[in-house]
Amino acid sequence: MGCGVMTAAAAALTPSPRSFGSRLSTYFYLRPRLLLMLFLLPPLLWLGIVYLGSLFALLAQSFFQVDDFTGQVIYEPTLGNYARLFGAVNLSIIGRTLAMAAIVTVICGIIAFPIAYYMARYATGRTKALFYVAVMLPLWSNYLVRVYSWRLILAKEGVIHWAFNEMGLGWLLDWMLSLPVLQGSSLSTSYVGTCVTFVYIWLPYMILPLQAALERVPRSFIEASSDLGARPRQTFRKVIFPLAIPGVAAGSIFTFSLTLGDYIIPQLIGSSRPFIGQAVYQFQGTAGDIPMAAAFAMAPIVIMAIYLSLAKRFGAFDAL
Amino acid sequence: MRSRAAVLDRATPRAGIGLKAGAWFAVLFLNLPILFIVLYGFTTDEQSYSFPPPGLTTRWFGVIMNRGDFWDALWLSVSVAFVATIAALILGTLAAAAMYRFSFFGKESVTLLILLPIALPGIVTGISLRAAFDLADVPFSYWTIVAGHATFCIVVVYNNAIARLRRSSPAMMEASMDLGANSLQTFRHVVLPNLATALLAGGMLAFALSFDEIIVTTFTAGQQTTLPIWMFKELVRPHQRPVTNVAAIIVMAITFVPILLAYYLTRDTQDVAGSGK
Amino acid sequence: MPQPSIAVSFRAVSRHYGAVRAVDEVSFDILDGEFFAMLGPSGSGKTTCLRLIAGFEQPTAGLVAIHGRDMAGVPPYDRDVNTVFQDYALFPHMSVRENVAYGLMIRKVPAAERAKRAEEMLAMVKLADFGARKPSQLSGGQRQRVALARALVNRPSVLLLDEPLGALDLKLREQMQVELKAIQRQVGITFIYVTHDQGEALSMSDRVAVFNQGRIEQIAAPAELYEKPRTEFVAGFVGISNLLQGEAARAATGAARACSIRPEKIHLAPAGAAAPGSAMRVEGEVESLLYLGANTRFDIRLPGGGYLAVVQQNRDAHYAPEQGSKVTLWWDARHLMTFGG
Repeated sequence: MGCGVMTAAAAALTPSPRSFGSRLSTYFYLRPRLLLMLFLLPPLLWLGIVYLGSLFALLAQSFFQVDDFTGQVIYEPTLGNYARLFGAVNLSIIGRTLAMAAIVTVICGIIAFPIAYYMARYATGRTKALFYVAVMLPLWSNYLVRVYSWRLILAKEGVIHWAFNEMGLGWLLDWMLSLPVLQGSSLSTSYVGTCVTFVYIWLPYMILPLQAALERVPRSFIEASSDLGARPRQTFRKVIFPLAIPGVAAGSIFTFSLTLGDYIIPQLIGSSRPFIGQAVYQFQGTAGDIPMAAAFAMAPIVIMAIYLSLAKRFGAFDAL
Repeated sequence: MRSRAAVLDRATPRAGIGLKAGAWFAVLFLNLPILFIVLYGFTTDEQSYSFPPPGLTTRWFGVIMNRGDFWDALWLSVSVAFVATIAALILGTLAAAAMYRFSFFGKESVTLLILLPIALPGIVTGISLRAAFDLADVPFSYWTIVAGHATFCIVVVYNNAIARLRRSSPAMMEASMDLGANSLQTFRHVVLPNLATALLAGGMLAFALSFDEIIVTTFTAGQQTTLPIWMFKELVRPHQRPVTNVAAIIVMAITFVPILLAYYLTRDTQDVAGSGK
Repeated sequence: MPQPSIAVSFRAVSRHYGAVRAVDEVSFDILDGEFFAMLGPSGSGKTTCLRLIAGFEQPTAGLVAIHGRDMAGVPPYDRDVNTVFQDYALFPHMSVRENVAYGLMIRKVPAAERAKRAEEMLAMVKLADFGARKPSQLSGGQRQRVALARALVNRPSVLLLDEPLGALDLKLREQMQVELKAIQRQVGITFIYVTHDQGEALSMSDRVAVFNQGRIEQIAAPAELYEKPRTEFVAGFVGISNLLQGEAARAATGAARACSIRPEKIHLAPAGAAAPGSAMRVEGEVESLLYLGANTRFDIRLPGGGYLAVVQQNRDAHYAPEQGSKVTLWWDARHLMTFGG
């Protein structure tokens, strides 16, 4: 019988003529690894060469130096840029940026929690859809336009100053703007303005992962907690908040990283003291010192690497 | 008693007034500022941002019609966004197909590589590309802008495509082949129709993202002025300020439609979250 | 007597994933028109065998032949075989009618004939009025029928079913078992049915192959499989069985060799009662009992250690011991099952 199978098989082995598409399809079906290569090669080549290559170019550039007289890049490895990076002025820029990123992240967390919690636990049907659109639309609408809108709102003659003056509270604003760190001629030239704009721009990045994390808390957990005698406040503290931490951590990656690297917002709104992004921008643009700009850009990369490893411990990557 | 309260709570979930207020505050905070852009597009005050506007006019819409530099910038941005989106659609779909169908050594690293351009701050992407173009002696041009934009648009398409693929039954392609369709026929009759809306949505978001981008663009553009760069320059000029507002209104109109459309196409997926600038 | 031809034949087929031997040198034949079940726990290799027949997997070694033709290097779309998938894998963007007609559309069957055959198939699975619906508008049982119609409309020589009833509730599953069997008789196609449910395998199949750890333990007709299991694994997997080893086996049978006896073959009698001459006999004590409606299950502790489960039908005139009662157990020696060496 086995013999019969073999002869019949041999007879059937001569392939019948098929269409080109079918033969091509069969060729790749039997060689899945080749197909994988074919799929993966173009995106990998692109990201590998254009992007990863660029990151390495950045690293390489950071070890070169610009000749002060000719303005030409000298292609000899040196740590000179990094020595300059750790100078007092540059360190204060990095410190200022870090402080801003931390404050923005905390405020984003505080504003995001109620809306994320409401969306996850209470909003249903049409309300929920409305909330989604309300969070998603700003996220995807024009970034520059949205920054610009705060320039209008925060200006000396703008709506906020106007409203405070109308209410007879103008002195309060003036007092705040005379404080040592917050000082400025108006909100739009104060750190307060910078901070508000950062919060506004990055807030959706905090709301969405937080909402997703809260949505994953099963309702039965909350019921079990109250069934076991916990008051709503205790339930929130002991059950809901701990389970939301991965979401907060995930959101904070965005708010923190985006604040670190942005140079448009502090340029348009705030005091004249620079942030990391502006320093990088000015070194490469006005000063034409790409190597120093590259060395400066290493700061947010290193800070983010540390931040990501911390965030990972809080389970941020599971909530992304 | 207590558990009965919980059951009632399930039937009619009610939020505390504080929570509700907090939620609506965030919604207003996120969306009100846009209104001011529109309002200031009609103000007669061209020197400052005085509120309330001293008077209303539509003359800025007429002014912008004669600003050739605006229309050049608009056209450049549309064209860059279009080409970058096409590139991102091809590369992102290929990457999603490979990552969905195969498991292979180093897959995690590939995921990281795809996500990296949005995980790192835009300025890092921008300055890296500039450093690389500089080292490689590539002159800055239209194509360096496109290259930069395509790099961070890939992930948007990828995210949308892979989310759709993961939701569809893995046996679907096998079923098609089992019923006699070869790989090409399976792609045409089964994979593509299922992926189409996700790709359309991903493409629209990629378009909006590119159309909008300023940070990477600043570093990869030579003499070219894209629309965001044009606006940025206008913002620091002291006169005819409402023209910038009118430009902003036009920009919003152009990006609003694809974003809204993309939202409705992927409404059931919610996968656009977390992919941004 | 004419020899029935062979539909599917495996010759020393192996499928390895790295170090894992999902299928390990398996050989068997499936006859034309047979209802053949592949039964086994999850990970036993039965589904891999099905996928080897369908062409989704290629064997690491050995030969898979369908109707005598070697299938090495033949992709699924060139095989005269169709599959009903576990999760049905219906195309969500097509109507039920389009789903059923898909295979015919690919084969470029003229539209009129395509429609006619799709309608016939839908009528056969009792979904004649559902053609215009989308799969998402159907219940689980209805989707299962669509999947069946979609596979059968191509008139394959072999139909593969991968746990097709797994997702249905008990009532529906029993009803579908009857219908599937009827449909198979009607169309006369070879059905190869993968399941981990021994009841399903026994009730529908002409023959059953029991898989364990990538190998086949036994291939037999359902009754033979139940009454004469060749290995301990088969005895344990198909139906309930009492496995006796060592001292317990010696006490019950006089020999220490491992053996097994089905619970319903054991008679219960009061302690010290006599048994028929040829019977095997052992004393014990009722440890616990479970009332199951049609019958009662007793767990009896034996003096040499070990337990025997006894299932007794609840007819009116019978001996019904209580918990703690001393009892005599006896059974006909021919019901004792012994294995290998």
